[in-house]
Amino acid sequence: MLELKNICYLPENDNRTITVLEDVNLTLEKNRFYVITGPNGGGKSSLAKIIMGIYQPTSGKIYFEGQDITDLSITERARLGIGYAFQQPPRFKGITVEEMLSLSSVKKDKASDLTGSGCNFLFDVGLCPKDYEHREINVSLSGGELKRIEIASLLSRDCRLAVFDEPEAGIDLWSFSKLTEIFTGLKKKPDVCTVIISHQERILQLADEVIIVAEGRVKEKGDKENLLDQIIDKCDCRKDCVERA
Amino acid sequence: METREKDLLFKIADLHEIPQGAYNLRKNGEGVQRHSSANIEIKPKEDKPGIDIIVKPGTRGESVHIPVIITAEGLSDLVYNTFYIGENADVLIVAGCGIHNPGTKKSQHDGIHNFIIAKGAHVKYVEKHYGEGEGTGEKILNPQTNIELAEGASAEMEMVQIRGVDSTKRVTKAVLGREAHLVITERMLTHGQQVAESDMLIDLEGGDSTVQIISRSVAQEQSKQVFYPRVAGFNKCRGHVQCDAIIMDQATVRAIPEITAYHADAQLVHEAAIGRIAGEQIIKLMTLGLSAKEAEETILQGFMK
Repeated sequence: MLELKNICYLPENDNRTITVLEDVNLTLEKNRFYVITGPNGGGKSSLAKIIMGIYQPTSGKIYFEGQDITDLSITERARLGIGYAFQQPPRFKGITVEEMLSLSSVKKDKASDLTGSGCNFLFDVGLCPKDYEHREINVSLSGGELKRIEIASLLSRDCRLAVFDEPEAGIDLWSFSKLTEIFTGLKKKPDVCTVIISHQERILQLADEVIIVAEGRVKEKGDKENLLDQIIDKCDCRKDCVERA
Repeated sequence: METREKDLLFKIADLHEIPQGAYNLRKNGEGVQRHSSANIEIKPKEDKPGIDIIVKPGTRGESVHIPVIITAEGLSDLVYNTFYIGENADVLIVAGCGIHNPGTKKSQHDGIHNFIIAKGAHVKYVEKHYGEGEGTGEKILNPQTNIELAEGASAEMEMVQIRGVDSTKRVTKAVLGREAHLVITERMLTHGQQVAESDMLIDLEGGDSTVQIISRSVAQEQSKQVFYPRVAGFNKCRGHVQCDAIIMDQATVRAIPEITAYHADAQLVHEAAIGRIAGEQIIKLMTLGLSAKEAEETILQGFMK
């Protein structure tokens, strides 16, 4: 479904070239649930942003269902069915939760379906639709509320490739159970590839495959049965990589 | 009514046809249609151009529409409207001015509105300004709004400049009595070489009076905006001023909120922010499939809503 070939991302900062991603090769298949983990600053979020088109790779190619999408914009990739939930979603003065979900949904004309009982993405992320649909996505929302709305907006998109960047960050423990339920549900959707960047053991446990990204490279990719033991028991940077909820 | 006039009327007052209830339609400097209701009397002033709108005490749930449209070039229209809102009344007033200037000479409308709101009454006032026209003639709107709120009275003033107004100077003054409440929401969009200035002076004279001023504006291209909201507290009172502006292109925005306390129990706050649309906001909406232009329009629409 998605193939990254020899991806390098070497942005300039103060006339200095920084190596963020170096020669990344990765193939992701549909009907698989991937969790990318690894130490902070290792390149996980940059990799997700390269997939969405937010960052342009310095070199290398990206193929989505056989099509070269390396030079496609964020919008074009979104329209092909790639979605991304931000680690730190932006706020919008004047735009309500309902309007945001209406923008993100394929069912553009049926905003009420998004918050009504038929297709309740807000309820899925633990927010009461009646309390939230008319609220603006502004500073009145807490970080956790904002994050849950961000997850709901990606769930409503009906993507073929959905990338969640640290969805658990800022989410309280009660909501965390809900979050794992959501991802368990996502695993059942046919022909979808889900990628989650996470440090959480409970999310890692959901993975079909775990990908370890560190120092700008894919260090390991494989079945969680093999990799989890290695991460949890042997990894030197255990505190950095994995947190137990 | 011609299609163009109907379009203007819809833009400024959301009206497709002549409204129900009391109304006064002013076109090209003259009152062309007027209707009073059982509880709301509209009559022309005897000493100067304009109307008196008299709402009987206790009138509730009724509305008054007083739109102004100008479709001629070279017209300068000055009008004085006075609203007398009786005790414990609760009414909606929809005003606004739309100018279609087809020529090269400027067209201007200066509406001087005085609100005298009696004890316990509530007014929601909506005023929209809009300009258009194929000619180069300027569209100028200089409204003045003076509000007197008696004990326990309240008003929500929503004042919007949609687009197309070349020059505007707004002056809004209010004096609040005991336990009176005022909310002013101002939204303004300027573009091209347009200039806009908004001065406000709100005096919180009565004990436990409150005012909230919310200003949201978008300045595009080479346009210039100046906001000067001032709140003075003379008693135990609360006031909050919030100016938010999105600046684009080569525009200029000045926001100078001012609060003055003449009483130790006056709680006054002001905040002002000017900034461009955050790149993250555009990117977020693009990840939902919107183009960069659609994303920008969506953000501006939301901000100005």
